[in-house]
Amino acid sequence: MKMNQFFLGVVAFIALPMVVVQAEAAQPPMKEVKSAKGQVSSANVFNRLLKKEKERNMAPPEDGVHDPDNDNTHVLQPPRIAYDGLPTSDFGNYVDWVKALNDGLIQPRYDRFDPTVEPLVMDLDIVREVKASVPDVVFPHKPHTQWLHCSNCHPKIFIPQRKANVINMSAILLGQKCGVCHGKVSFPITTKSCKKCHSKAKPKDWKPPQSEASLKNPWR
Amino acid sequence: MFKSALIGLLSMLAVLVLPQAAQAEYADVVINNYSDAAGMRPAVFPHWYHRIRFRCKVCHADLGFKFKAGGNKITMAKIIDGQFCGACHNGEISWSVENCGMCHSGVPGTPTQIHGSTVQRLVAPTYKKLGNKK
Repeated sequence: MKMNQFFLGVVAFIALPMVVVQAEAAQPPMKEVKSAKGQVSSANVFNRLLKKEKERNMAPPEDGVHDPDNDNTHVLQPPRIAYDGLPTSDFGNYVDWVKALNDGLIQPRYDRFDPTVEPLVMDLDIVREVKASVPDVVFPHKPHTQWLHCSNCHPKIFIPQRKANVINMSAILLGQKCGVCHGKVSFPITTKSCKKCHSKAKPKDWKPPQSEASLKNPWR
Repeated sequence: MFKSALIGLLSMLAVLVLPQAAQAEYADVVINNYSDAAGMRPAVFPHWYHRIRFRCKVCHADLGFKFKAGGNKITMAKIIDGQFCGACHNGEISWSVENCGMCHSGVPGTPTQIHGSTVQRLVAPTYKKLGNKK
C-alpha cells in the first residue's frame, strides 16, 4: 500500500506542472487530484496558473507551431540570430523595436520598392486622464507614425476628434482600440508594460475617488 | 494496487501524448482558413521577420492587410494575382510562391491564431474559444 501511494504521488508530482504549462489546459487540474489519507494535496504547487515560456525566441523546428517534418521549416531563420545586437525588452519578442528603429539598427522600408522613402512622422502627444489611480496615459503619435500610416488607425479605430473615443482596458485586452495591435504584434499588455502608456504622473493633490459602497458603508 | 498503477501509467501517457504548449515567436500568425481542407500545412507568418524589413504601413496600408488573423481570406489565386503576399513574394522583392513549404510550414490542424496574444495568455479563457476564430 505504501508503494502505491508513493507511486501516485510521484505521478502527480510529474504530471501536474506539465499539465499546467499547457495552453489549452483551461480546467484547473486539481479536480482530479485526490490525496490519499494522511497526505497533503498535491494541488498546492507553485505557479498553478502561470503560463510561462520554457525558453524565449525558440527556433522554428522547436517552437511547436512549425512542423519539423516539413523540410522548409529548417531553412527558416531562427529569431535569435536576427535579434543579436538589438535592444532588449521584458515582453513580446523581448526586443525593443522602437529603440532599434530610432538607433538605426534596423532599416525597415516605408515603401515596398523604394528604400529611400521617408515616413510621414507627426510628433504630437495626446494626454488622456484616467479615472483609476494609475498614471494618466500619454499617447505619442511619433513612434506610431514612424511605423504606420494615419489611415491605419483613423477614422476606423480612433475617431480623430477630442473626447470622441471611449477607451478602457477591458476593450484593449479583448483586442479593440489600442488592443488591435498591442497584445498581438506591438508590445503586449503585462504588469511590466503598463507604464509604457500610463506614463504621466497624477497631480500631487490627486486622491482616488471613493466608491459609493465605501461612502455608504454602515460599518465604517 | 494494479488498478492505481494502471491509472498512474495512463495519466503519464496522457501527459506525453497531449500537445505541449506551443512556444512560437510573439505575433507569429497561423493562417488556416483553407489550408487543412486543401491538404496543405497551415501557413505561418512571422511578424518579427517582416517588421525588421518593412514598416507596418507597407502591408497594412499599401497592401490592405486587415489587422485580423485569418480576416483577409487570402487564397493562392489572389497571391498569384499579385495581391497580399503576392505583392512581394513574386521573385522580385522576395522569393516566389513555388517555395510552398516556406509559408505552409505549420503543424497540420493548428487553428488560425495570432500566437502569444493577450486573449491566448489569459488564465481563464474568454467567451471565444481559440478554434472558433474566423
